[in-house]
Amino acid sequence: MITVKDLHKHFGKLEVLNGINQHIKPQEKVVIIGPSGSGKSTFLRCLNLLERPTSGQIFFEGNEITAPKADIDQLRCRMGMVFQQFNLFPHLNVMDNITLAPITHKLMTREKAQQRAMELLNRVGLAEKATAYPKQLSGGQQQRIAIVRALAMNRDVMLFDEPTSALDPEMVGEVLDVMKRLAEDGMTMVVVTHEMGFAREVGDRVLFMDGGVVLEEGTPKEIFEHPKQQRTQDFLKKVL
Amino acid sequence: MLSAFLFSATEVASSTIFDQWWLGMKDQAMAGQLNFWQNIYKEIYQNVLYNDRWLNYLRGMGITLEVSFFAALVGLFLGLLVAMMRLSGVKPLQKIAGVYVGIIRGTPMLLQVLIINFGIFGSIAIDRVIIGVIACGLNSGAYVSEIIRSGILSVDKGQTEAGRSLGLSNWQTLRLVVFPQALKTALPALCNEFITLIKETSILAYIALTELTKAGDYIRSKTYSAFTPYIVSGILYLIMTGVLTKLLGKLERRLRQGDNR
Repeated sequence: MITVKDLHKHFGKLEVLNGINQHIKPQEKVVIIGPSGSGKSTFLRCLNLLERPTSGQIFFEGNEITAPKADIDQLRCRMGMVFQQFNLFPHLNVMDNITLAPITHKLMTREKAQQRAMELLNRVGLAEKATAYPKQLSGGQQQRIAIVRALAMNRDVMLFDEPTSALDPEMVGEVLDVMKRLAEDGMTMVVVTHEMGFAREVGDRVLFMDGGVVLEEGTPKEIFEHPKQQRTQDFLKKVL
Repeated sequence: MLSAFLFSATEVASSTIFDQWWLGMKDQAMAGQLNFWQNIYKEIYQNVLYNDRWLNYLRGMGITLEVSFFAALVGLFLGLLVAMMRLSGVKPLQKIAGVYVGIIRGTPMLLQVLIINFGIFGSIAIDRVIIGVIACGLNSGAYVSEIIRSGILSVDKGQTEAGRSLGLSNWQTLRLVVFPQALKTALPALCNEFITLIKETSILAYIALTELTKAGDYIRSKTYSAFTPYIVSGILYLIMTGVLTKLLGKLERRLRQGDNR
């Protein structure tokens, strides 16, 4: 579904990504772990071109999205993203947050979009918050709304950038539950996270990143129980 | 001069009750024997009531409002345009916008008005109101652009990223996500700018546009009262700015409903 070839990203002289090659299959759940500054988030943000790669290619269903003429907005309609800081639109209520993109893209009528939004809100247990404003909600509720917003357009892939890192500990569970159910429904997911339990339970494949490269990858069992690289072992010792 | 005025007052048809009152105390006034309240009445009568002079102020206020309104529109449009240019990331556009803001903010407004009036439109017959609108609008645009620019910059980058990640174009994100939030932040400063604009149109008195300040000045030249005409003008300015402050305050409260503070 997504193929990444020799991806490099530099910020000035700082080399954040140093050649990444990956292939993500449909319905696969890829979890990216690693120390801060290892390039995990940058890699994720390159996938929907929030960061422009310095060099290398990314293909989405066979089309090169890093090509200069690629329609990025079209691509992003099929690739949802959830941010660490939720980034809900504070001037819009929950319903308008969710329906803004589908209505603007004229993918659905307002009624249809609102109907779908209510379905999704029901699924995350927040139907009664449809008319609330983001600031009236807890962090966990905001992040669940953000997931719904990202899902509102029938996505093929969902990118999660540390979705639980900004949450109070007691709210992490409710967001992870929503993500687990999404995984069970067969969504293709790429998740950057520090939640090792989630990685182990949901991940089909775990990537350990350090120094801008994928240092080690494998099934959760391989990575968490028999890490081969010294760096991976050190990292897991600290976080587990 | 005063006697000439008093004399002429008798010749005007003494129709209103105000004229009657004045005629009743005229002899005392000639003799300089008016008490405090009579003196105040004399000032008001001469500077406002006599010969329908209040109409001069109202006409002046009308022109002030007219110039301010259209200059605000011009300023808002220019300000938006220039703010976009400065944030566009296109070097030549940024340069042009920067030079414009630099010149307007770095030179006195009076000088700008004089240059536009005598320099640019010196040999063209054109309504002074239009000159006033152009001069004040050009001036205001520079300040508005800075207000809007800082408003846009105050919106968290994550908002733009969220908008773009939903497949919205750059322009759609700006219009639907960033702009409404920027406006809310910028509104108090914009309100200030509009109030400033109303007051600054008084500078157009310099090019003989009979707006509110000039109207007061005109009455002064007739009655030689140093205070009253200007105070009347001042009160009318206060009314205009006061009403505007109230209106924009209401708008601001409405925009803030999403905050629920």
